[in-house]
Amino acid sequence: MSSPSTTDVVVTGLGATTPLGGDVATTWEALLAGRSGVSRITDDWVKEFPAQLVARLATDPAEQIDRVRARRLDRSQQVAVIAAEQAWAESGAADSGVDPVRIAVVFGTGIGGALTLLGQDDVLEAKGPKRVSPFTIPMLMPNGPAAAVGLAVGARGGVHAPVSACASGAEAIRWGLDLLRLDRADIVLVGGAEACVHPLPMAGFAAMRAMSTRNDEPERASRPFDKARDGFVLGEGAAALVLERADSAAARGARVHAKVAGAAGTADGYDLVAPHPEGEGAGRAITAALRDAGLSPADIGHVNAHATSTPVGDTAEAAAIRSSLGEQVLVSATKSQTGHLLGAAGALESVFTILALREQVVPATANLDDPDDDAAVQALDIVRHEPRRTTLTAAVNDSFGFGGHNIALVFTTA
Amino acid sequence: MSTQEIQSGLAEILEEVAGVAPADATPEKSFTDDLDVDSLSMVEIATAVEDKFGVAIPDDQLANIKTVGDAISFIEKNQG
Repeated sequence: MSSPSTTDVVVTGLGATTPLGGDVATTWEALLAGRSGVSRITDDWVKEFPAQLVARLATDPAEQIDRVRARRLDRSQQVAVIAAEQAWAESGAADSGVDPVRIAVVFGTGIGGALTLLGQDDVLEAKGPKRVSPFTIPMLMPNGPAAAVGLAVGARGGVHAPVSACASGAEAIRWGLDLLRLDRADIVLVGGAEACVHPLPMAGFAAMRAMSTRNDEPERASRPFDKARDGFVLGEGAAALVLERADSAAARGARVHAKVAGAAGTADGYDLVAPHPEGEGAGRAITAALRDAGLSPADIGHVNAHATSTPVGDTAEAAAIRSSLGEQVLVSATKSQTGHLLGAAGALESVFTILALREQVVPATANLDDPDDDAAVQALDIVRHEPRRTTLTAAVNDSFGFGGHNIALVFTTA
Repeated sequence: MSTQEIQSGLAEILEEVAGVAPADATPEKSFTDDLDVDSLSMVEIATAVEDKFGVAIPDDQLANIKTVGDAISFIEKNQG
C-alpha cells in the first residue's frame, strides 16, 4: 500500500444516538438484526393526524447527558452533543495534542430547535413575554447543534452549520473534507442532528402527503423501493464522525475506520420540493463525487441510498443510481429501519456506509417485499431480507433535501 | 421569611437552574466566579425568585447582584 498523501482524509471516530440504539455499536447490531425503530404515537394529540408513526430515540438523552446541561440545550443539541462526544472519545482526538485553533466543527440540522421554538411559543401565549426562557434563541437557532458540539470539544478553528434540509448531515461531511483538504483545520468533527417530533412538523409533513399512513403496521411502514410504499416515517437522532488527514492520523496511531475519498454537491434547479423525476441532479452529484475520488462506477460496490419511502423520491433515486453507477452496485435503504432522521440522515447513513466497508457486509432493506415496477428499481440489486456478505473497497452515500440539494459522498476501505 | 429560609429557598433555585450543590450556595459566593452561573442563567434565577418569593428583580438591579448574599439581602428588603 502506498503511503498516505497529505490530502487523504480518514475517519477516526464514529458516534450516534438513533432509533435503533444509544450508540454506534448497538445501532449497527440492531440494523443487521433487522430490528425496526418505528412505533405508533399514543399521545392524545395524534388522534386526528393522518400519519401517526415515529422513530423515537432508543435511549432517552436524559440517560446520556447531565440534567443541568440538558436544560440549556434543545433536544437537537442534546443528541448532537451525545453523538459528537462518542465520536470524539473514540478517536482519541482529545489526547492528540492538536491546537484547538486547528479543530473545526461542521454539524448540520434540517429543522433546528423546533421543540424549543414551539414550546416557548406556548409559554409566550400562556404566560407572556417575561416568562420566555433566556435560552430560547441559543436553543432554537439552526447553528445550535454545531455550536453546542464546538463548545463540548473546545473547537476554536471554526464552527459551521450547513442547512440543506435532509442533505444537511451529508453536506457537513463534504464541508469537513474540504476544510481538511484546504488545510483550514487539522481535525474536523462533523455530523448531523435532528429532533423535531412535535405536532406541527408532523402536521406539515403530513400536509405535503409525504408521510406514511400505515398506522396499524408501524414496523412495516417505511418500505423504500417497495410497490406499497406510501411515505416516510419521521425519525430523530444524531450521528457524528471525526475526520483528519491520513498522515496525521497515522502519526498518532489513530484507528482508521475508512477513508473519505470524495464528495460532491449539486442542485436540481427543478422544483422546491419534488425531485427531478430522472434524478438528474442526484446522478450528477454521484458522478462528480466519483470523479473527485478518482474512481469509476465499477469500483463502487455499495450505495447506502437516501430512499425515504416516498413514491416519487425512490424511483428518481433509482434512476440516478442506475445512470451514474450502473446495475452491479448493492443498494441498501436503511431508513426502512431507522425512519428518516432528516438533517441527521446523511451523517447516520455515512456511518452505516463506513461500517459496511469495515465489516464487509451490506445491510438489508427491510419491508422490500415487492419491488416497484419502475424499470430502474427492477434493474438494481437492492439487498433485502438479509444482510449480504461481500467484498467491498468503495461505497457511496447519497442524500437529498427539499430545496433540490443533492450530496454524494464516496468512502473507501482504510 | 427569615434569612435562613431565603438562603435555603435560593439554594433550591440554584440547584434546579444551575446544578449548584445546596451546600455551596453560601452568602459569600460569587455567582459568576465561584458558582459558574452565566448571565442567561441569572435571568432564569431572577424569574424563579419572583415565583418563589414574590420579589421581582428589575434588570438594573440584577446587574448589581454579584453574590448569593446580595440576592438574599435584595429579597429580604423587598419581600412584602
